[in-house]
Amino acid sequence: MANKTIMLGNEAIARGAYEAGVKLSSAYPGTPSTEISEYLAKYDEVYTEWAPNEKVACEVAIGASYSGVRSLACMKHVGLNVASDPLYTFSYTGVNGGSVIVVADDPGLASSQNEQDTRMVARSAHVPVIEPSDSQEAKDFMKIAYEISEKYDTPVIFRTTTKLAHSQSIVELYDRMEVSDKEYSRNTAKYVMMPGSAIGRHLVVEDREKRLAKDAASLSINKIEMGDTKIGFITSGIAYQYVKEACPEASVLKLGLVNPLSKELIADFCSRVETVYIFEELEPVIEEQVRAWGFDVKGKELFTRQGEYSANLLKRVIYGNDDCVFDKKDAPARPPILCPGCPHRSVYSVLNKLKIHASGDIGCYTLGAVPPLAVVDTCVCMGASISALHGMEKGKGKDYIKNWVAVIGDSTFLHTGINSLVNMVYNKSTATVMILDNRTTGMTGHQDHAATGKTLKGEETYAIDLSELCRAIGVKNVIEVNAFDVKELERIVKESCASDELTVIITKAPCVLLKGQKFPNVCRANPEACKKCGMCLKIGCPAITKNADGTIKIDETMCNGCGLCKNYCKFGAIETVVR
Amino acid sequence: MTKNIMIVGVGGQGTLLTSRIIGKTALEAGYDVKISEVHGMAQRGGSVVTFVRYGERVCEPVCEEGQADVIIAFERLEAQRYAHFLKKDGVLVVNDCKIEPMTVVIGAKEYPKGILEDLKKEHTLYSIDGQKIAIELGNSKVLNSVVLGFAAPYIGFDKAAWLSVVEKTVPQKTIEINKKAFEYGYDAQK
Repeated sequence: MANKTIMLGNEAIARGAYEAGVKLSSAYPGTPSTEISEYLAKYDEVYTEWAPNEKVACEVAIGASYSGVRSLACMKHVGLNVASDPLYTFSYTGVNGGSVIVVADDPGLASSQNEQDTRMVARSAHVPVIEPSDSQEAKDFMKIAYEISEKYDTPVIFRTTTKLAHSQSIVELYDRMEVSDKEYSRNTAKYVMMPGSAIGRHLVVEDREKRLAKDAASLSINKIEMGDTKIGFITSGIAYQYVKEACPEASVLKLGLVNPLSKELIADFCSRVETVYIFEELEPVIEEQVRAWGFDVKGKELFTRQGEYSANLLKRVIYGNDDCVFDKKDAPARPPILCPGCPHRSVYSVLNKLKIHASGDIGCYTLGAVPPLAVVDTCVCMGASISALHGMEKGKGKDYIKNWVAVIGDSTFLHTGINSLVNMVYNKSTATVMILDNRTTGMTGHQDHAATGKTLKGEETYAIDLSELCRAIGVKNVIEVNAFDVKELERIVKESCASDELTVIITKAPCVLLKGQKFPNVCRANPEACKKCGMCLKIGCPAITKNADGTIKIDETMCNGCGLCKNYCKFGAIETVVR
Repeated sequence: MTKNIMIVGVGGQGTLLTSRIIGKTALEAGYDVKISEVHGMAQRGGSVVTFVRYGERVCEPVCEEGQADVIIAFERLEAQRYAHFLKKDGVLVVNDCKIEPMTVVIGAKEYPKGILEDLKKEHTLYSIDGQKIAIELGNSKVLNSVVLGFAAPYIGFDKAAWLSVVEKTVPQKTIEINKKAFEYGYDAQK
């Protein structure tokens, strides 16, 4: 029975997986993919979990597929880098039960460290890519992805982008398909990738891709919408919506399968349309192939590789139009900041005071790079804080890192930071590593992980003890400290930076946005005692601003009463009071 | 004709919930609807923009510069930042509140003076102190319902349609106060 509702792209993907009869999903949170797992967890029929990282998630999906059930792994684009090791060989073995990997790209960098294009990875791994353009397609194409996966014996990448993942549109719902489990039978030529068998599978992969490319001409998700024959677009995903908005009269070849491409369809389209534009966000993946086939098309010489596209961009380029009637006014930038009461602010206030550089990592705490805290010097990828600091020490010597620490969150530490710490222990590091333990995966919206004691389904489970874990791999100095105890924190950081012994400092305090917490206190400023020294402003708390006369004021609706500002006021102008 | 509503504010002000209520109201009125949201890093106290578009058939989930019928700004500076998204005859509804961005707090930039007065010279602008009203009503968190109620007459749909969606969307415990807040805002317009 069909029933209509409005859904976020990510919710629709989860619904599609549910309707497709998926039995297992494994994922690590990453914007803009996180909500897929959270929505999917609501269906009792589907086993869902948070894995410590994307490589693990992908391998869990592989195992489930081999055993004979439909499986799913979800991640953001950079997560696929972590999962690319299993992906490339999963492409060789193929599947038993259908298997889909949802990968969310982030053109425009809403919440990422780069703008890489997943289609490039998929091409080199010879994995088909399906791309929806709205929530309805996000749901419906998931079912087609599983059909293709099983028909062609291949994992399928389901590619989304931020605008698709985080926009809502109307979706018609259906019931879950009953998909019976497949039999497993031992087949070493298919499932054991040693040189002898992999040679054979490589040929299978090549053949499979050719067959799919041929069949792609008649796939329902690839379609030609003929309109004006003077102008046409080859496009896919959210970019298709921009074309329909800006140039509703134009002819369109809309690709639902973006790898491999159907040469037959493209040749047909190019023969019927005078000027063909390739309209694809990020890299010229379609364009380069189409040009290599000898078709005369226009693409990246007109449209940027950077950021998100829009209908306005098309109108400007194609028609020279600009709808703007008002000038854009200059307004001071409002970058994201650490929340009032955030424990990271307390840790960074100490590092800032001690003039210590931090080798940074991925999470809310990357925001410690910006003034006034300005403590974080580097941010590359998940886990890199620890290994990069190790490289600094081994490159320039142990004295060079006496004013450096690595900072990494609890979830990121369990993701890939732990490998880097093993390397430090093994290779005799003298560094200081700070695990900022706020009991959650904060930036992506508060997901549980292996040290929180709760599963994705909300069940109680064993919580890994980070201190014990660090000790078990051989770190002798592991110190736990309350993140808000700035005096103690200062003493510990000074001592461990000065020492020649590897030290892990675990700063503890829950993320201020975690549900179920009460904040009975609030900080109150006394303008009469305020000497306008500005020390409290140096912690960069958004609740603290200045009055017209230069004294400070604290917004009590924003303040969570952490009291950090009070620590930095020498004149007793700030007090903590009960709300 | 597609209608474009833009909601701007500071991460944490509840712009997401506001856009979802507008979207659902349009959906219940039988329109095709798209809502574009912001998640992740940008939510952390940063400048946040969401869009609701509805009509016969909606393609793009965002509206573009010069195309918004109504902009609801939850903060003055954000109103200034995005005012150029308005259509010539568009309406700018502003929650009269000031939240200094960190660039201003640390003295790198100055918070502009007379924002509303300047914007009024170019645009049709209505403002309300949602925070003050919400506190008077007994819960500072219903600020978005006050502001949405205040903006609702410029968007369309009848009051009952709005209230029924508010009832279905906000947390169970806060239904009554949110409805009261919406009505207060709605009636303040006259």
